[in-house]
Amino acid sequence: MVTTNCFHCGNEINKKDEVVFDEKKFCCTGCKTVYEIFSQNDLTCYYDFQASPGATPQDINGKYEFLDDEKIIDKLLEFQEDTTHIVSLYIPHIHCSSCIWILENLQKLKQGIGSSQVNFPEKKVRISFNPEQTSLKEIVYLLSSIGYEPYISLENFDEGKKKVDRSLIYKIGVAFFCFGNIMLLSFPEYFEVEEYWINQYRGFFRWLIFALALPSFIYSASGYYVSAWKSIKSGLLNIDIPIALGIVVMFVRSTIDIIFDLGQGFFDSMTGLIFFMLLGKLFQQKTYDFLSFERDYKSYFPIAITKLLPNGGEIAVQVYDIEKGDRLLIRNQELIPVDGILISEKASIDYSFVTGEAVPIEKKSGDKLYAGGKQQGKVIEMEVLFSVSQSYLTQLWSNDVFQKKVNQQHKTITDKISRFFTPALLALAFLSFFYWIFIDTATAFNVFTAILIVACPCALALTAPFTLGNVLRIMGNRKFYLKNALVVEQLAQVDTLVFDKTGTITTNKKTAIVYEGALLTSNELQLLKNTLRGSNHPLSRRLYDFIPEFERKNVDDFEEVIGKGIFATIDNHKIKLGSSSFVKNLNESTHKKTKVHVEINGIYKGSYVFNNQYRKGLEQLFESLAKDYNLVVLSGDNDGERAILTKMLPSKTTLVFNQKPEQKLAYIEQLQQNGKNVMMIGDGLNDAGALAQSNVGLSISENVNVFSPACDGIMDASQFDKIGFFMKYSKNAMKTIYMSFGLSILYNIVGLSYAVTGNLSPLVAAIIMPLSTITIVSFVTIMSNFYAREKK
Amino acid sequence: MSVIYILIVISIVVAIVFLVAFIKAVKGGQYDDDYTPSVRMLFDDELVKNKSNKLVQTEKQKSI
Repeated sequence: MVTTNCFHCGNEINKKDEVVFDEKKFCCTGCKTVYEIFSQNDLTCYYDFQASPGATPQDINGKYEFLDDEKIIDKLLEFQEDTTHIVSLYIPHIHCSSCIWILENLQKLKQGIGSSQVNFPEKKVRISFNPEQTSLKEIVYLLSSIGYEPYISLENFDEGKKKVDRSLIYKIGVAFFCFGNIMLLSFPEYFEVEEYWINQYRGFFRWLIFALALPSFIYSASGYYVSAWKSIKSGLLNIDIPIALGIVVMFVRSTIDIIFDLGQGFFDSMTGLIFFMLLGKLFQQKTYDFLSFERDYKSYFPIAITKLLPNGGEIAVQVYDIEKGDRLLIRNQELIPVDGILISEKASIDYSFVTGEAVPIEKKSGDKLYAGGKQQGKVIEMEVLFSVSQSYLTQLWSNDVFQKKVNQQHKTITDKISRFFTPALLALAFLSFFYWIFIDTATAFNVFTAILIVACPCALALTAPFTLGNVLRIMGNRKFYLKNALVVEQLAQVDTLVFDKTGTITTNKKTAIVYEGALLTSNELQLLKNTLRGSNHPLSRRLYDFIPEFERKNVDDFEEVIGKGIFATIDNHKIKLGSSSFVKNLNESTHKKTKVHVEINGIYKGSYVFNNQYRKGLEQLFESLAKDYNLVVLSGDNDGERAILTKMLPSKTTLVFNQKPEQKLAYIEQLQQNGKNVMMIGDGLNDAGALAQSNVGLSISENVNVFSPACDGIMDASQFDKIGFFMKYSKNAMKTIYMSFGLSILYNIVGLSYAVTGNLSPLVAAIIMPLSTITIVSFVTIMSNFYAREKK
Repeated sequence: MSVIYILIVISIVVAIVFLVAFIKAVKGGQYDDDYTPSVRMLFDDELVKNKSNKLVQTEKQKSI
């Protein structure tokens, strides 16, 4: 069997849908149209950079009407002059060099577009166009027609642009400038040769070095002073205090040395120290940005909704302008932005966003519609009950729990150790100073500075960020994304795991289908197959793939009642497929199982039962986790699955059913009050409160672009059975940190013993310090990579 | 050897010039995106030639 792939988008081609054009095969007319557009404009280079780089253009009829609204355009544009408008659009489909190429050649496709520039890491394109020749709406239509539909969301609406913070880069630039030049200028003195000319110019060199050290000392290191000062004011002693103190002491000591001609000073070591510390910070920041997590819930909702005017007209309004009593028009696949009542006769709403259930819920006129649902089917009309801020979802989100920033509650190890470290170090330094001052003043100063310098708080400051940064990166490579480094530490402390059932331990993708009822002949199956072909309903699609291949038959009459079922006539046979009420068989509440009933020629045949399939590896995962953790399964469903779960999972597992979102939150709170450290693993947005309440909230997602802002980490569903590995890895990460602390303490003890006994000149101390930093960093990187390799 | 004063000062001034250039470049947002330029520079410009050829042809046709 030869499976051909579409030349444009790479998807498999269904023989019946195949379109051949210009000797190339496409899966649909959409892809062929995009190819046509490209070849007519000499843009077929698009296909040279990557195979099948395209995407099928989606139908966007009417979706972008709101781009006619002046107010909205105003907010979206970055720059507005008479003949030039500039807009920055986020395009999720950007994924390869072909995308960059075509998006930067947009001016060939449309008159009026001046130029465009792609920012690949952010998946944005910045288009500059002439509003007199084309409009924003036309550009968006163009992008959609070639398969690069932009994603326009409320995010673009926030007043005041976020200012990009580049201060760290400036500081590094200045620090390196000073460091490099001071090193060069220090060369003459390094060789300690008592030549005449050196003595002549020594003063010049030294004061020049002093002048160069000033910008680094004052500007580049300012972050540390500010942080140290803040922590002193709040009574805590954090890791930045010894660093700030060390830098200040070095500076003062070196200045004194120069003024009184006691020596060369340590400006080279000081600026070197500042530079390397800032570099470490930059590395950390880049790692965090890479796994960036700043999504406001606002970006889930479409920015403008179609409002129906009393006289029957339609206008586009912004979400925030929706008021109680407004009538809204919701189209196919659009999100319902607010709570309201359904006016249209019926609607089929997909609440997978909220409940995790992909099966759409049927609503009839007068039913309440909740925000966050996705409408499927014909357009519907609804009346608004609450404006955006009061909706159910925002209520859950504005639950106090969300506003708590977990980092404040959690004291990281570095701060813990620095509580002892800093006072101990200061005490030691002063003691030694006083001891030596009675013996020899010069040595006393030497000893004081040597102690502060060699003590290398830098190892303490860098260990945690480097280890955790590396761990975050490695986990990210394995599709396990954490919000920030603190989560790794918290993971290591968890002792109870709470799993949501639907969507977390069950998968929406594989649904086992079982037929119950009178056996169907192959003729009847053929009828069913042909009937299902015409329906786009998720259950129809799955059932269609489930029933084996049959010859095509002509369907004489076809009618799909949205959310209910399908009615078709083939060869004079009447086929009815659908819910129990549609087939008019029983009025049983199908709450326990999802079923599609079959009726042929008026005779009820049976039903297809859709059983949720549990994720692969679930049993082994729970087995291995049960050894170290308490396990709980919380479910919003009824307890129809209790028997199965009790068999599958270890006996210690607690199973709780029928939990509403608030009850899940309360359950976790209860566990925490009993002293447990809880990690919640869920997926739907209505877990959000529980996810935030737990010490660590993990969200499993089939499609990593969709997640809840409350969670501390996202895991791709394919990695579900590796949860055990990640938990162990986080513990190993902490082990690595402790080990490297141990190593650096060893360093410190050895170095300090030399320093206290007066055998360590500050110069040697200053050389040892960067050396120890490098050793610690390499050690930490090697160990974290080693642990990651252990269980692949 | 007193020329060394001048030499060192000049070298420092040159270094400062580069530092200022660096700061200006960062401020202008040049380093905000460090991936796309690496891809962009591998694109070819051949299309420009084709287009101008075509234009020439149509103009010829017009004149005929």
